[in-house]
Amino acid sequence: MSSAFSTSTARNIFFGGTVFFFLMFLALTFDTQQQLPQRDQRAQLSNPQIAAGKKLWEVNNCIGCHTLMGEGAYFAPELGNVYKRRGPEFIKAWIQAQPTGAPGRRQMPQFNLSDKDIDDLVAFLKYASEINTANWPPNIEG
Amino acid sequence: MQYKSQAVAKPYFIGALGLFVAQILFGLIMGLQYVVGDFLFPEIPFNVARMVHTNALIVWLLMGFMGSAYYLVPEEAERELYSPKLAIVTFWVFLVAAALTVVGYLAVPYATLAKITGNDLLPTMGREFLEQPTVTKIGIVLVALSMLFNLSMTYLKGRKTSITTVLLLGLWGLAVFFLFSFYNPTNLVLDKFYWWWVVHLWVEGVWELILGALLAFVLIKVTGVDREVIEKWLYVIITLALVTGLIGTGHHYYWIGTPEYWQWFGSVFSALEPIPFFAMTLFAFNMVNRRRREHPNRAATLWALGTGVMSFLGAGVWGFLHTLAPVNFYTHGSQITAAHGHMAFYGAYVMVVLTMISYSMPLMRGRQANSNASQVMEMWGFWLMTIAMVFITLFLTAAGILQVWLQRVATTPLSFMATQDQLALFYWLREGTGVVFLIGLLVYLASFFKGEKVAA
Ligand code: HEC
Ligand code: HEM
Ligand code: HEM
Ligand SMILES: [Fe+2]
Repeated sequence: MSSAFSTSTARNIFFGGTVFFFLMFLALTFDTQQQLPQRDQRAQLSNPQIAAGKKLWEVNNCIGCHTLMGEGAYFAPELGNVYKRRGPEFIKAWIQAQPTGAPGRRQMPQFNLSDKDIDDLVAFLKYASEINTANWPPNIEG
Repeated sequence: MQYKSQAVAKPYFIGALGLFVAQILFGLIMGLQYVVGDFLFPEIPFNVARMVHTNALIVWLLMGFMGSAYYLVPEEAERELYSPKLAIVTFWVFLVAAALTVVGYLAVPYATLAKITGNDLLPTMGREFLEQPTVTKIGIVLVALSMLFNLSMTYLKGRKTSITTVLLLGLWGLAVFFLFSFYNPTNLVLDKFYWWWVVHLWVEGVWELILGALLAFVLIKVTGVDREVIEKWLYVIITLALVTGLIGTGHHYYWIGTPEYWQWFGSVFSALEPIPFFAMTLFAFNMVNRRRREHPNRAATLWALGTGVMSFLGAGVWGFLHTLAPVNFYTHGSQITAAHGHMAFYGAYVMVVLTMISYSMPLMRGRQANSNASQVMEMWGFWLMTIAMVFITLFLTAAGILQVWLQRVATTPLSFMATQDQLALFYWLREGTGVVFLIGLLVYLASFFKGEKVAA
């Protein structure tokens, strides 16, 4: 690179560019925060079951096998829309019945959850399925 | 090695390579569970193996960055490290914390681990890559602060070069953005939104500063090209990285409940993210072609060139492949993502750490470069691991395309599990290639024990 373009010019462009685009990113973040109430179903969060369900989701590491809205692990079905795909009764029965023990088939552990725990998890999955995800996934299979 | 205290890097590198082995072993366990679903169940469920695999990766890369920084900063600052003792104590704290965490993952159910580590007081666990108990996260912050204090003091008291400025900015940024891992609201959209401030703003933000600085350092050393030239390149590369990568975060905000304008911002800015990676490739090759000396450590030069090429392929090409919103609509959370994640992490961050290790380990062991026999062996390790990673990526990409087709595009879509059955062939091929990767790693490690003296 020519000597007209000095290291200190390069450094100034770096700092200037970074600060400018970081501020722009913050501005977009601010705008997103303003718009989220229309999309993220936060009114539902007054239901304490959802917070309890999310906690159970986390401490049992469901994300270590499943995706939720396409993020997580790719070993087991998408669960962001499982409430719509399967409905509450199936989900409850499913969690209680694990593992299937089918030879050679991928296994989901038994988490020994109480009825209340499973209801909380279902409430969390219902809430997740109602977030406005711009029509993702492409179909019900996730 | 010009300063005695640079040697504190050595335990960091050895610890990092140990965890690398653990990472790959658990990768192979998961690879087998993909096709033999009940393998090791219920002793090691898939999610447990995955935590060990990904957390070992992150921790060993952090150890590698830290070791690299402890080696690099004194040399650039032209003075001894502020406190070598603190660096060593910090290493042991980090290693023990990492080991205890892994034991915790393997020994007790995750929910029990959460309970005994007090997750209730400050729930941060159970999110991808951030599975560590909250106490481990606090430990990571303390380890990072200790390192930043030590290095910043060294920097402030010594010569300030562009390379150390950029490296320290990157390391400070790493610590600052990690703090978002402590923010875990019940609102799932906000949780996911700020989760990416750790994950994306690390790998496509501040870590690129670290990557650029380490590569620049090794290139100065092995090519003897003017510092002026190299430092200008460095600034251009990191400018491009942050200008595209900050708003490029939007490529994760398409389908998680965030406003739809992110489909535009994310697509446009992240489509430009390959440019800094391409610049990195040009940088490495240009400097090596313009070299003013023949450095006896040819293996280190190979690793540096490899980093340039593979980071561009993994992050640049495989990133671009699925980054535009209309494509990502179909590929989101599929094996395509896994393919990209593997090659990008390997090509950029694994390889740059191995570049630093390759360059600095011989110096710390009292020689300019290893014997010819040892270097040849190291280069075998390079090629085996790199080619294996290319094929792992290709097989996962094939699996991903088929998965998207069968499950998301076809007029009568198959269920997730039925689709997985159709992909078994590619998963077997991936597993076989994974074994080649492991062999490459073992050959690489063996090269450290080969021929102390110049080969007869
Ligand atoms: C060790 C991996 C693993 C973990 C951890 C795990 N799952 Fe699963 N899960 C699976 C697998 C594999 C299947 C599909 C099994 C089959 O079809 O035979 C599955 C299926 C399901 C299904 C049915 C999906 C459908 O579309 O039919 C639900 C619901 C579910 N899991 C919920 C959960 C919840 C809730 C958690 C956390 C408490 C969890 N899973 C944790 C592996 C796991
Ligand atoms: C022996 C070779 C390897 C095998 C068989 C292997 C296997 C796997 C498997 C099965 C997963 C889980 C995918 C899922 O969520 O369903 C995974 C995840 C991951 N692995 Fe590996 N791996 C190997 C080597 C590596 C290497 C060398 C790296 C780093 C460079 C790496 C980085 C990752 C990352 C970052 C993830 C998370 C991916 C994501 O969430 O998209 N792996 N690996
Ligand atoms: C070295 C740099 C990079 C690394 C280490 C990296 C790693 C990863 C990983 C591990 C994931 C999976 C995250 C998850 O589990 O949810 C991911 C996702 C993604 N990456 Fe990268 N990446 C890098 C650079 C890039 C670049 C430059 C682009 C774009 C050009 C890109 C585009 C994407 C996209 C679009 C996703 C989301 C995939 C999905 O929707 O499932 N990445 N990356
Ligand atoms: Fe990203």
